[in-house]
Amino acid sequence: MDINTIRGLATLVALIAFLSVVFWAYSSRRKGDFDEAASLPFADDREDDAVNTDGTTSHRETHKNSQKRGVA
Amino acid sequence: MSTATLQPSYSDKLYNYKVVRQFAIMAVVWGVVGMAVGLLIASQMVFPELNLGLPWTSFGRLRPLHTNAVIFAFGGCVLFATSYYIVQRTCQATLAMPGLAAFTFWGWQLVIVAAAITLPLGITSSKEYAELEWPIDILIAVVWVSYALVFFGTIMKRKSKHIYVANWFFGAFIITVAVLHIVNSASLPVTLTKSYSAYAGAMDAMIQWWYGHNAVGFFLTAGFLGMMYYFVPKQAKRPVYSYRLSIVHFWALVAIYIWAGPHHLHYTALPDWAQSLGMVMSLVLLAPSWGGMINGIMTLSGAWHKLRTDPILRFMVVSLSFYGMSTFEGPMMAIKTVNALSHYTDWTIGHVHSGALGWVAMVSFGSLYHLIPRLYGKEQMYSVGLINTHFWLATIGTVLYIVAMWVNGITQGLMWRAVNEDGTLTYSFIESVEASGVGYIVRAIGGAFFVLGMLIMAYNVYRTASESEEPSSDKKSLELNPTTLPVEGR
Repeated sequence: MDINTIRGLATLVALIAFLSVVFWAYSSRRKGDFDEAASLPFADDREDDAVNTDGTTSHRETHKNSQKRGVA
Repeated sequence: MSTATLQPSYSDKLYNYKVVRQFAIMAVVWGVVGMAVGLLIASQMVFPELNLGLPWTSFGRLRPLHTNAVIFAFGGCVLFATSYYIVQRTCQATLAMPGLAAFTFWGWQLVIVAAAITLPLGITSSKEYAELEWPIDILIAVVWVSYALVFFGTIMKRKSKHIYVANWFFGAFIITVAVLHIVNSASLPVTLTKSYSAYAGAMDAMIQWWYGHNAVGFFLTAGFLGMMYYFVPKQAKRPVYSYRLSIVHFWALVAIYIWAGPHHLHYTALPDWAQSLGMVMSLVLLAPSWGGMINGIMTLSGAWHKLRTDPILRFMVVSLSFYGMSTFEGPMMAIKTVNALSHYTDWTIGHVHSGALGWVAMVSFGSLYHLIPRLYGKEQMYSVGLINTHFWLATIGTVLYIVAMWVNGITQGLMWRAVNEDGTLTYSFIESVEASGVGYIVRAIGGAFFVLGMLIMAYNVYRTASESEEPSSDKKSLELNPTTLPVEGR
């Protein structure tokens, strides 16, 4: 096979790969997942609202599971 | 019940913030040092006597010290700090392998100190942005692999189903930099302080700039885009404009950046087809770069009014504007005919700094101002007014710097290519240096603005970190979680 044919095919494969990513990302089936993922930075928001007093942040055993924040 | 147990929020602190704090503080320290050295060498271009007549303080030795300090010491510490913070918080898991995480901190500081000693001594492999000699290169590789283990180990521990897009960018940055560093640093040591590259000739040049451009693309772009995708939504208090666009942005950016290196070698011994490939891929790169910029800026859509009051958000949005500007300028300069004018002139220096000061440093400042109060259990930085002062100093400094280098670069390019009717050069080189004098003065002034802003930041961070009293958090946490108080506290 001529090297230029391979080059042309490589370009085509790259185009198909790009379009697949676009179609995958923009397919309506992914919307729920992406909305969930997009909210991840806010999943532990209480961390920011309620700061601890002594500046340290080491682990504490108490309440570990008493206020699980809702992230699916 | 002691007062300590009256802080239910405190029990949620299941994150390892110690290493994040260490990196964040050292980022500020190395930022001051690296930018001050930059100001010194910029001033040497105005007053050459500032090289003090010593080999250790001459421009040729301090310039790599400056680039290594700002990229790998300042930028590196910001990347470590933010990636460790973001990966923990978006995965809701504490750092994997805390011992190894501590090693990445001390190991990275050792690399920086080793660089600060060897570079002024003239110990260099002479590869730009990879000047450090082989023993330090090995230490970097070990630290970097440890970094990858900690980062991906934490992702594996995640409680959330998804891996947030910021972590994708950090992950790509960590893997790619490992590959780039190990391949480009391959060399044959002859003594402890001297080695020769494993590659020769045009291939060595191509590998060096494959490394060099992707140091820009992954170290200075992908990692900082990771920051953008976390801190802009957090500071604006709204999710990213389009998560779908962020996915297309990610794959397009990482797939295309890797090919753009040859534009550093236009009109050299590199084969012509490779130069053209590099040019075309650089032009294509405009699309994902701008896609990411638009995604970041549009996150503020509907919340533009926040820019009036929030200097942290202003840092972030201006950084994205500079990112858009320099990722437009870059592809233009990669066009061979434009490159024929711009290459080897101060235009390149200006382009680098519009990215480095305007994008990398400013998004870092915004991120650190968001991050540091949270690391120290404060609601806000010590002084918001000083953040605003820093913002204006940094913006004015960057603009002065870029404009001076544009004027100088185009002047130099035009003077170097000017020929008389008989084919001889119109200007000698020294005439172009003379013509650049005013630009060098303006550049040094811009740099001084930027360093002054950095010093103000250091003071602000020092006051934020050292002040121990806690405003109102007790009350607040009580208000927020009244029900959880007596249950398990002891």
